[in-house]
Amino acid sequence: MSLTTKVGGATIDYVDKRTGILGPAKANFRKLFPDHWSFMLGEIVLYSFIVLLLTGTYLTFFFKPSMAEVVYNGSYVPLKGIEMSEAYASTLHISFDVRGGLLIRQIHHWAALFFVAAMIVHMFRVFFTGAFRRPRELNWVVGGIMLMIGLLEGFAGYSLPDDLLSGVGVRIVSGIVEAIPIVGTYLMFFIWGGEFPGTDFIPRLFIVHVLLFPAILLALVGVHLVLIFYLKHTQYPGRGRTEDNVVGYPLFPIYTAKAGGFFFIVFGLITLVSAVVTINPVWAYGPYVPDQVTADSQPDWYIGFLDGMLRAFPNWEWILFGHTWSWNVFIPGLVMPGILFTALALYPFFESWITGDKREHHILDRPRNAPVRTGIGVMAITFFGIATINGANDLLAVGFHLSINQITWFTRIGLFVAPPLAFVATHRLCIGLQRRDRDKLLHGRETGRILRLPHGEFIEVHEPITDTEKAVILSHPQRRPLPMPAKTDENGVRTPRYRWRWIQAKLSSFWYRDSVETPSAAEIEAAEEHMRHGIGSEHEHRGDFEISHHEIGESETVEALTSRSEED
Amino acid sequence: MSTDLTPGSPGNLPATTGTADGAGREQPLYPLAPHQLRLTDTDPRAAKRAERQVATMFGLSALLIVAFVVAYVMVQTDQYLDLGNIGKFQLSNVLLGLTFGGAVFLIGAGAIHWAKKLMADEEMVDYRHPAATDDETRASLLEDFNDGLAESGFAQRRMVRRTLIGALALFPVPLVVLLRDLGPLPGTSLRETIWKAGERIVTDVTLRPIRPSDIPVGGLVNASPGSLEEVQHAEGNMNERAKAVIILVRMTPEQIKSQQGEGWDYNGILAFSKICTHVGCPIALYQHVTHHLLCPCHQSTFDLSDSGNVVFGPANRRLPQLPITVDDAGYLVASSDFHEPVGPSFWERG
Repeated sequence: MSLTTKVGGATIDYVDKRTGILGPAKANFRKLFPDHWSFMLGEIVLYSFIVLLLTGTYLTFFFKPSMAEVVYNGSYVPLKGIEMSEAYASTLHISFDVRGGLLIRQIHHWAALFFVAAMIVHMFRVFFTGAFRRPRELNWVVGGIMLMIGLLEGFAGYSLPDDLLSGVGVRIVSGIVEAIPIVGTYLMFFIWGGEFPGTDFIPRLFIVHVLLFPAILLALVGVHLVLIFYLKHTQYPGRGRTEDNVVGYPLFPIYTAKAGGFFFIVFGLITLVSAVVTINPVWAYGPYVPDQVTADSQPDWYIGFLDGMLRAFPNWEWILFGHTWSWNVFIPGLVMPGILFTALALYPFFESWITGDKREHHILDRPRNAPVRTGIGVMAITFFGIATINGANDLLAVGFHLSINQITWFTRIGLFVAPPLAFVATHRLCIGLQRRDRDKLLHGRETGRILRLPHGEFIEVHEPITDTEKAVILSHPQRRPLPMPAKTDENGVRTPRYRWRWIQAKLSSFWYRDSVETPSAAEIEAAEEHMRHGIGSEHEHRGDFEISHHEIGESETVEALTSRSEED
Repeated sequence: MSTDLTPGSPGNLPATTGTADGAGREQPLYPLAPHQLRLTDTDPRAAKRAERQVATMFGLSALLIVAFVVAYVMVQTDQYLDLGNIGKFQLSNVLLGLTFGGAVFLIGAGAIHWAKKLMADEEMVDYRHPAATDDETRASLLEDFNDGLAESGFAQRRMVRRTLIGALALFPVPLVVLLRDLGPLPGTSLRETIWKAGERIVTDVTLRPIRPSDIPVGGLVNASPGSLEEVQHAEGNMNERAKAVIILVRMTPEQIKSQQGEGWDYNGILAFSKICTHVGCPIALYQHVTHHLLCPCHQSTFDLSDSGNVVFGPANRRLPQLPITVDDAGYLVASSDFHEPVGPSFWERG
């Protein structure tokens, strides 16, 4: 026995005798995790979060969260002798006088961008594959809260250096707070310690950024991960996978190496990017002064949708009984994000109410098999996309020589018109893909081989698809919409909550509308039998429908033909 | 699982997937694909090669860490890497980042290469368990809870229960009360600025008083109250600056369609608050032909020749105008404070 093994064994023995850690370790040591690239998105979030904690801690050693005015005397020549807050001066100090300070600052900022971006894409993955369904609804809610805090945390960090760009952002937030009916002015005075900008805001924001939000995030990350472990990871459909099992590789050694290695990959990539791509060059913006502004004021991209909505909203303001209702700020600044995030968090419950599906799901949906959900997702992305684009309307106007008024009007109309269009298009695409799946099951895939038959006709040879493909397509359980409730039961008693259940059933029938039937086992059997008979049973596409070749081949099964024509 | 019909969804059909085995577990329609051996599983030379590749990555990583330390010691923060059109980079940032980032990346790449090429890669199958606790445990927990409840007397001793609830409800009150001193009450502070009759108007950076002749027709000057610097130093913050800054524009008298008060201009020189009435950004972009002033943050546009009214964008209120005149020495001064609050709307504004 080598010395390392001896020391290691003794240490483990010591710890276990005082903690009993080996029990839980045994339970999870060889835990299986399914493999798929999209499962790495959540890992990117976790690893950038760790990078943020490490680099953030380093930055606090040098950063001075103070708005006291000092005269800059560091080594960045263009700003020498200029009055600025200590926060800004210490940021310059980190960037120009601490060796590696700029690197850590840039890693911190890039990691924040990776963090938010990966969080959003991870959310898309979970949404479009239906991974939020029972039993994982609560983990979806936890994720939603983390996303919201993540955005706020990012904005807080972006604001701390007190540079001209971020200071204007803080000014905008103070304006939004002032627009809250009844309590807004008081709230603003309490948060800023008086009028804007005061001298309290940066120190207060600092403690929120380095303690409050990270602590909440860390706790939620813990909950998120514990639930993933307890519920076991979802898996994509495929051979050998069922709702009852999990197919994958063990935590030790495969995922210890893969996931552990991936942490280093993420950390390494962020560092390499930070080495060569400048991010947030605060020295170029200058210190914040409330009467100055940069010409193209932009928030970091993930806040762009908020700014875009603020830019697009009509200038409605009421004065009622001597009080001001600033709808033009309050609605896009607080009400709409509030509604959007609430809707996001509650979505799983809404969907299961519509579909009546309360079962546990561990096999992921293919987006095409839930056309309405996929449509809703694309609709939301379209909405956020347009709002985000409008957040850069001034840059677009300058860059593409457009009128800013036209872009704003495009946004105002587009925010309402484009998402439903995106929904319809996505829904149709999904249905189309479902049809294709059914087609592949029953008629095989097109091989591109053209055959000329003895009587002169040309056909394309079809080949049966592989078992893997079949397993994927057939993983989709067929469901039916909820039945319409009867107004009264057989004794003439009114159905309780009739109206409510009627809405539910209507939505449910919309949910399943146009969905293609998965073929029955008998149909597949027949179709496979059919294809085994070689050439004679090949199908040919003529326009929209298919004809089989009775004249030369084997008998076409009646079921396959009739089901086909019904579908068309 | 596949034939599970949920009560809440009477319309649901069974899934098309497999059948159940003896233990009631769903069996897959198609079994797991047979395991494929990799080249590294069959050819020892390939395995050796992969091992060497992994070791190379780990070894390079260690070398890069040494390079990092060398760069840290050798390169100072004032050395720059000038790449012409691409930009000028802090040399230390580039070297430290590339060495450290490369080293970290290689550890990851090596580990993953190892896992993919050399570790056993046969997929395994494990069974899931329902998320819920089993009925027996639940029942036993409920029993424990009821026992505990009975032992505590929480249900019977109403007086204790009610006073406890009352005490707990009030316990957070101090935590809220203590927040009171986070800031002063607004009072009338948002309605006032330091402008007053006779207050000199000075340029915002050079702090020079301005004569009407200093501003040409079509010109724009950023300005602030003459006493601002003094007030700012006395108060130790920039609050007054955030409210009091103005812009002066000059147009010919016939170009002025309207203003907020009779004779508030001085020979065609108009003074407006520089703070946008939307959410408070300083307004900066002036188009002297149309007399439109555009906010760079959210593009609210104000017509300065027409009382500063909103012509486009999300702002609702006009820009407050400051009445101005000249003093005995011939310098521009304010005739009074603003007649309405500057900056974003707030509840008490009315």
